[in-house]
Amino acid sequence: MPDGRFGRELLGTYAVWWRELKVFQREKSRVVSSVASPLMWLFLFGGGVGSAISLGGGSYQSFIYPGVLVMAVLFSSVFFGLYIVWDRKLDVLKAVLVAPVSRVSIFFGKVLGGCTDVMIQAMLLSCFAALFPGVNLWMIPVALGILFITSIAMVSLGLAIGSMFESLEGFQVVSTFLVFPLFFLSGALYPVGDNLPGWLQVLVRLNPLTYSVDGVRGALLGLNSFPIIADIGAVALFGVLMILLGSWLFSRMK
Amino acid sequence: MAIIETRRLTKTFGRIQAVRGIDLDIEKGEIFGLLGPNGAGKTTTIGMLCTIVRPTSGTALIDGHDVGREPGEVRRSVGIVFQDPTLDTVLTGRENLALHAMLYGVPSGLRRKRMDELLELVDLKDRADDITRTYSGGMRRRLELARGLLHRPAVLFLDEPTLGLDPQTRARTWEYIRRMARNEKTTVVLTTHYMEEAEQVCDRVGIIDHGRIIALDTPERLKQQLGGYMVVLRAKDPPLGTIRALPYVSEVKESDGTLEIAVKEAHLHLPDLLSKVPNVECVETRVPTLNDVFIKLTGRDIREQDPGEDLGGWVESVARYRQRGK
Repeated sequence: MPDGRFGRELLGTYAVWWRELKVFQREKSRVVSSVASPLMWLFLFGGGVGSAISLGGGSYQSFIYPGVLVMAVLFSSVFFGLYIVWDRKLDVLKAVLVAPVSRVSIFFGKVLGGCTDVMIQAMLLSCFAALFPGVNLWMIPVALGILFITSIAMVSLGLAIGSMFESLEGFQVVSTFLVFPLFFLSGALYPVGDNLPGWLQVLVRLNPLTYSVDGVRGALLGLNSFPIIADIGAVALFGVLMILLGSWLFSRMK
Repeated sequence: MAIIETRRLTKTFGRIQAVRGIDLDIEKGEIFGLLGPNGAGKTTTIGMLCTIVRPTSGTALIDGHDVGREPGEVRRSVGIVFQDPTLDTVLTGRENLALHAMLYGVPSGLRRKRMDELLELVDLKDRADDITRTYSGGMRRRLELARGLLHRPAVLFLDEPTLGLDPQTRARTWEYIRRMARNEKTTVVLTTHYMEEAEQVCDRVGIIDHGRIIALDTPERLKQQLGGYMVVLRAKDPPLGTIRALPYVSEVKESDGTLEIAVKEAHLHLPDLLSKVPNVECVETRVPTLNDVFIKLTGRDIREQDPGEDLGGWVESVARYRQRGK
């Protein structure tokens, strides 16, 4: 039994996390659909484009496999975070927010809850790795590690945005102007070398997810444009910034 | 020592004075009702007492802790049941309780025992492992009452605990509130629009209007102020001035030809009163209610207010508080 103020805060974080796991258990259809969509990218999109081109000396499907993993993490994480708009609408959060636990502890509980959901999906998707030639199965734990840091960053970002929104109408805007650009500009679907036009090159390099995709691709296929350690550093730095931003906005949330 | 002690407790929102210097002493173990129309300042007052709304000036001590300086201590000492339901409807009844037991730091060894005790108390033991989405309105309220008491708070705040429930469920909910206050020896502070219900359940009531407490006493003594009985009669063109001037009449209210007259010792004075009013069509006497007290004090009927207007009260208070930054 934890004691003192720190113990109480820790228990508060655990309580919120525990709640998210319960919700996840009950909404299994969410898991199915969140795994189904990346699989469609891999087989329906990747299968089609892959029949026409090949990349990096291997199949196109193998090339986008790491990108699709990151995409799955990105979408699930951001939308998990945004989901607090709905929690607030239903007043579920109100009773939690008046408890004698700091907002930061509640924020961390939410982040952990979101990461757990997302990592379960990522692990399910990693079971398909053997279907793609050239993927180094021994490096899957490293890939999952990078995806975990990415997930922390993206859930925090989602919570940060969710803290500012009062209604669900903002979902479409966030999806169109944030989530999709982050995805398309990450190099998930194409290589980010010197082949790109200059303006695209700049945008791609400014996108933190580029380093996430590069790191996972480097781990699984050995096709990285930057050193993997630099990729991990960039994603981790972005994660820290997002945690700071998210916990600050969450603490100020009405 | 009083468990709740406020001195000149004041809250202003911009130019609006929501609460204007309330002095209140609530004793341990009391069931205290805060009654008043919408916008009177009830919800804001309760909000300040449980640290959701920051007072503009004045002090409030809950169980010896200052709401401004020790909000963490105060939050641990109080339980809150909001006006709008706040159950997590994805979770079961027991899981809702478990979540809050952890958030309030109830020691793990005690959690199960407390949850069982309270589920028993609100008769939800059989349904404890069902998802709360399947609960009726009354059951959800009861579970919220249990949740509010999990951490053995010194004070339980109930904001309109029976709003939106049907009359039968309301009566049962009050029964539970009384039972819980007795079993748990908790001080209960509640707000309500339902005057008849308040006078049955509350040990003392404070009537609040325009941010000020205008009456504070037991329901019986407040009603005694009006005199013994209410005489209700219908008459054509009643001589209002004459009736008001009678020495044993303390209050007269007229609406559509029906007079409600507060009369001391009605059994003695009724014949005399009736002799002063020509063309009496019908007459009945009844015991006065808190609503009659309210009419005498404010000139208005509390029921004339639309209870729906107040629904956003908590949300607004929370919003205002957060805008100020904590």
